[in-house]
Amino acid sequence: MLAFGQANPLKASFGTRGKGGCMAFFNKEIETASLSRLKEIQLERLRKLLEYVSAGMPFYRKTFEEKKIDISKFSTLEDLKHLPFTVKSTLRDHYPFSLFAVPLKEVVELHASSGTTGKLTVVGYTKKDISLWSEVMARTLACAGVQKGDIIQNAYGYGLFTGGLGVHYGALELGATVIPVSSGGTKRQLMLMEDFGSTVLTCTPSYSLFMAEEAKETGVDPAKTKLKVGILGAEPWTEGMRDQIEQAWNMKALDIYGLSEIIGPGVAMECEGKAGLHLWADHFFPEVINPATGEVLKEGEEGELVITTLTKEALPLIRYRTGDIVTLTCEPCKDCGRTMPRMSKIKGRIDDMLIIRGVNIFPSQIETVLMNIPEVAPHYQIIVTREKHLDKLEVQVEVVEEVFSDEIKKLEELERKVVFEIESTLGISVNVKLVEPRKIERSMGKAKRVIDQRQ
Amino acid sequence: MAIMQLSIFLENSPGRLKGVLSVLSNNNINIRALSLAEKQSYGMLRLIVSDTEKASEVLKKENIAVNVTSVIGVEVSDKPGGLLEIAEILEKNAINVEYLYAFVEKFGDKAVVVLRVDETEKAGKIFVEKGIRVLEDKDIASL
Repeated sequence: MLAFGQANPLKASFGTRGKGGCMAFFNKEIETASLSRLKEIQLERLRKLLEYVSAGMPFYRKTFEEKKIDISKFSTLEDLKHLPFTVKSTLRDHYPFSLFAVPLKEVVELHASSGTTGKLTVVGYTKKDISLWSEVMARTLACAGVQKGDIIQNAYGYGLFTGGLGVHYGALELGATVIPVSSGGTKRQLMLMEDFGSTVLTCTPSYSLFMAEEAKETGVDPAKTKLKVGILGAEPWTEGMRDQIEQAWNMKALDIYGLSEIIGPGVAMECEGKAGLHLWADHFFPEVINPATGEVLKEGEEGELVITTLTKEALPLIRYRTGDIVTLTCEPCKDCGRTMPRMSKIKGRIDDMLIIRGVNIFPSQIETVLMNIPEVAPHYQIIVTREKHLDKLEVQVEVVEEVFSDEIKKLEELERKVVFEIESTLGISVNVKLVEPRKIERSMGKAKRVIDQRQ
Repeated sequence: MAIMQLSIFLENSPGRLKGVLSVLSNNNINIRALSLAEKQSYGMLRLIVSDTEKASEVLKKENIAVNVTSVIGVEVSDKPGGLLEIAEILEKNAINVEYLYAFVEKFGDKAVVVLRVDETEKAGKIFVEKGIRVLEDKDIASL
């Protein structure tokens, strides 16, 4: 078994971390490295990775043999496109541990995510993987402006889900104070926030809105807390939702990206400039592909994000298809000076994509339209049904207090407006149904936006 | 010169009306007048109740969309042409009626009609000038 950490001498050479002085960076040298330097590191690591997985992972060795891939001929980053993709079902097929590249005794932590098909997707971490996770999460927190002295209310779930512990490790690495409150228990969350003086909130965007609503209901003004930034992710959200969250809490709302198959949270993070998420590409090599053909797209083109883990030990993955639709740019960030590639906010999920009468629609596109209608609450649900072989789309919108009027014609106007905006922007016809306030289920975790009843 | 009315958004599904009525009943709130307008997928329940403020508060607690609007309650003679008299006054003064419904009980020997018009203040004044009694919230409470 190759000890991957040793075969990878580059990590130690990244020199001083931003622990003193400039706290905007956790690891300034690498976060602001030139593109050519980054590519050099990536190529070096990719070559080591290919040797490592051929030696230690029967699955990849077999795949390479079957496809007659000679990894010794791998000479540029572009050669990556000749390698096959890894998909989620590969992880499930190897349930629980048979994909691991190290003996189980080297694995110090296990996580798992529930799949809709029932079987869990299991991921494992060696000690080195945990330090890698701590490093990228510390970079992530620093990128959001968090520093030693901040109090992080970590409302991501602790447990098999990677969200809670990932943020936790990053906070420890950075030296910030973390409250491991986990998700749920909204009243307690609000109490801790006030009594402990939390300055950073980490949770899903929909839960942050839910909490703000609960706060208002109990007579607490969420805008008066000490929170200065929310690090929100684990589900796609829009700019409109960002505005609502920032207004409700009077804090910055920044997007964090990650997935357990790659490492958990800490793959990419927005800085205060909100101009895309800085992706830690010295550890996670990103590509954007056409989901239908698998072809690699040019910089700036929209497609499915594919990630190769460059430095993981227990569960390295080659060209893992994330299912997330994004664009990538390699332009350095004007706001913070980071040179790491930036990905857009997630524009949709491959599996969420709806085909309504032949038109491809992502729920986030519908959300974007709804968020531009001021009367519409952030709470909506999309229901897809099939009637007489035709797909039908119903958007349920809550009639909140601010919108509700005694005049039926005003409600009718609202319905018409939503129909018109969706039809004219997306080119599909919808039914709009007004529903009672809080009728749509609130989520502690990921919001269920789409109910597809077509079978 | 106006009385307060509750407007309640009701989804068009079994049990919704019952839900609202039981909240009112549990809080000892009496309904004085009501109307229910129907749309394809929802309804609008309009109520004049014994304690509007309390009713609105308890309904909101149950996450029911409720809105308080001011309407005019006018006394109408309980005889043929009684309501016509009111309609004529409104027409003469170019006041538009959005909807109207009647009280369940009489005030003495008079019926009471709830009017929602586009110019509530103006309409109230005109009725008073014409010697037509316009109800106040305290009249409702003491019913």
